[in-house]
Amino acid sequence: MATKKRPKLAVWKFASCDGCQLSLLDCEDELLAVAREIEVAYFPEGFREVIKGPYDISLVEGSITTAHDAERIHKVRRMSKTVIAIGACATSGGIQALRNFKDVKEFARYVYPRPEYISTLSKSTPLSDHINVDYELRGCPISKVQLIETVSAFLNSRKPNVPSHSVCMECKRKGNICVMVAKGIPCLGPVTHAGCDALCPTYNRGCYACFGPKESPNTGSLSRWLGERSGMKDKDIMRSFRGINAYAEPFRKESEAHE
Amino acid sequence: MTQNPVKLADEVVIDRDDLQQILDVLESDGYQTIGPVIREGVMVYGELKTVFDLPVGWTDEQGPGSYRLKKSDTPTLFGYVVGAQSWKKYLYPSVSRLWRSEREGNGFSVIEEKDQFPAYAFFGARSCEISAISIQDRVFNNDKYSDYNYNEIRRKSFIVAVNCTKPAGTCFCASMDTGPKAFAGFDIALTELLTNKRHFFIAEAGSDRGASVLSRVTFRPVTKDDKALALGVHQAALRQMVRRLNTSNLAAIFSDHFDHPQWEKVSGRCLTCGNCTMVCPTCFCHTIEDKTALDGLYAERWRKWDSCFTKDFSYIHGGSIRASEKSRYRQWLTHKLVTWVEQFGTLGCVGCGRCITWCPVGIDITEEASVIMQAPDGVSPSI
Ligand code: SF4
Ligand code: SF4
Ligand code: SF4
Ligand code: SF4
Repeated sequence: MATKKRPKLAVWKFASCDGCQLSLLDCEDELLAVAREIEVAYFPEGFREVIKGPYDISLVEGSITTAHDAERIHKVRRMSKTVIAIGACATSGGIQALRNFKDVKEFARYVYPRPEYISTLSKSTPLSDHINVDYELRGCPISKVQLIETVSAFLNSRKPNVPSHSVCMECKRKGNICVMVAKGIPCLGPVTHAGCDALCPTYNRGCYACFGPKESPNTGSLSRWLGERSGMKDKDIMRSFRGINAYAEPFRKESEAHE
Repeated sequence: MTQNPVKLADEVVIDRDDLQQILDVLESDGYQTIGPVIREGVMVYGELKTVFDLPVGWTDEQGPGSYRLKKSDTPTLFGYVVGAQSWKKYLYPSVSRLWRSEREGNGFSVIEEKDQFPAYAFFGARSCEISAISIQDRVFNNDKYSDYNYNEIRRKSFIVAVNCTKPAGTCFCASMDTGPKAFAGFDIALTELLTNKRHFFIAEAGSDRGASVLSRVTFRPVTKDDKALALGVHQAALRQMVRRLNTSNLAAIFSDHFDHPQWEKVSGRCLTCGNCTMVCPTCFCHTIEDKTALDGLYAERWRKWDSCFTKDFSYIHGGSIRASEKSRYRQWLTHKLVTWVEQFGTLGCVGCGRCITWCPVGIDITEEASVIMQAPDGVSPSI
């Protein structure tokens, strides 16, 4: 047993806040079991030791925002058998993709005393715009349950149970009271990818769509209802879709329709 | 107590202040009583210890996509109807582990779940809900299949029905022949009556178990006046129910109007969120998930409520059969109102109205069905 060959794992960071990588460290109870089955070969945030590639699994956090990163992601791809994009940044461009709706040079002029030092692309984009991604884990941050599930599925050669249906399904299975229907609180759960176990509605708040668009998200119908029934103004509807996953296509289109 | 024992089909009168005795007798008989309680401003089903846990003096207002609980000016115990949850929460839990297994050499051993299923008393089940339970009985216990967990819980459960006196705006049980007055499937049925001077219940024994419970509480014989009062309340409830579903030509929905333009229209509104199927007391679909330990030495099999509104639901080799929103809405409506009959010999809808109230965008099954039943404008019904 002790000598069995363990798959090699690397964890990469691009433009991001490190929160998703932290979810891996946060798997306290499972971390030892993970380390028994997997060789953590490259994970600067967690371990000093660096084992050279190629790697069997690469978990990649962050979006592509610089020319340098746009090249580096291809290197990661070449070194990895399986690439798993983790988190809203890696899967949709993240909160930093708000720049995609504006002129990034102008931002730099306001924020930095010497904007000429800033070298950045005009858009923040998900990994899938640059390379072939084998699997995506959504969320800001990702769910550690889904992360362990995905690693476990990989190790046991089965499909991960990471459903792409609505948050509502999780919400109802939990026995929550729907905040939309019972309180008139706007909730993005019906158009949002499951995975958080309906965290916000469980605490009586509407869903903020941290996990991005679900399969077949009918954002138009939800917006119409929010406008007509909850009296939301266009500006507010625009903002509710322009959050963590603003640049995910269905949300981008919906927010642009309310500009 | 010097009263005669209550027999099957007997009706007796129980004072409001003596109703607690039913709960006490059920408890001493070993039942865990579940009933309507208020949580987060909504009526849900939860553990019921005393009559005071009931939503005393509350009533509900329901419409498409909207639910509100309001304080009423009468101290009724059952002045509201059904909420988002149904008894399926207990009979067929939303998430349950079916078995566990351990690896043994090249094979594995199965560790069965040896759950001790509790004996539930469902206190305050409405007529439509009892019909829904009998529909799920046919699903989980028929010639071909029998679901062990469901049947164990079901066999032990005790049902105290409450006849509806104030249907909600989304109820349409009358047109489905499932209510508002309970007619079968209960151990005890209660009608709540409130006059200027008196607050009492007429209790009917629907089974020997029910009669035995009633025999052990304080009651008095029912009078002609009591019965007249109850009849008036039942008739008023029927009159109040404005929503209906025309069931005369449901088959046309599927056979003749499979390509009705309304399917496209409603799919423009439908969020495919699955709420309607989750709240529906007859929907029974579930998915199976296997969980494995990282080292592959241990696995668990879980069952979770699923919905025909997800893409995975119809996923077979190569993709989802019902990729379009339209085909998924059509599956839901035609299963409830048409194909269920071929499958189980009843309709799959009891008219409880939950799918209308709890649809986040207020899609109304009665409205959709009535449009789709008609030939589309300018098209002959046979295409
Ligand atoms: S609270 Fe939000 S997530 Fe939950 S069922 Fe309602 S709309 Fe869906
Ligand atoms: S289809 Fe709707 S009205 Fe009919 S039983 Fe289900 S939830 Fe109730
Ligand atoms: S309507 Fe859909 S979820 Fe409900 S029982 Fe039929 S197929 Fe299953
Ligand atoms: S009919 Fe309503 S509740 Fe059902 S899936 Fe569509 S939007 Fe959701």
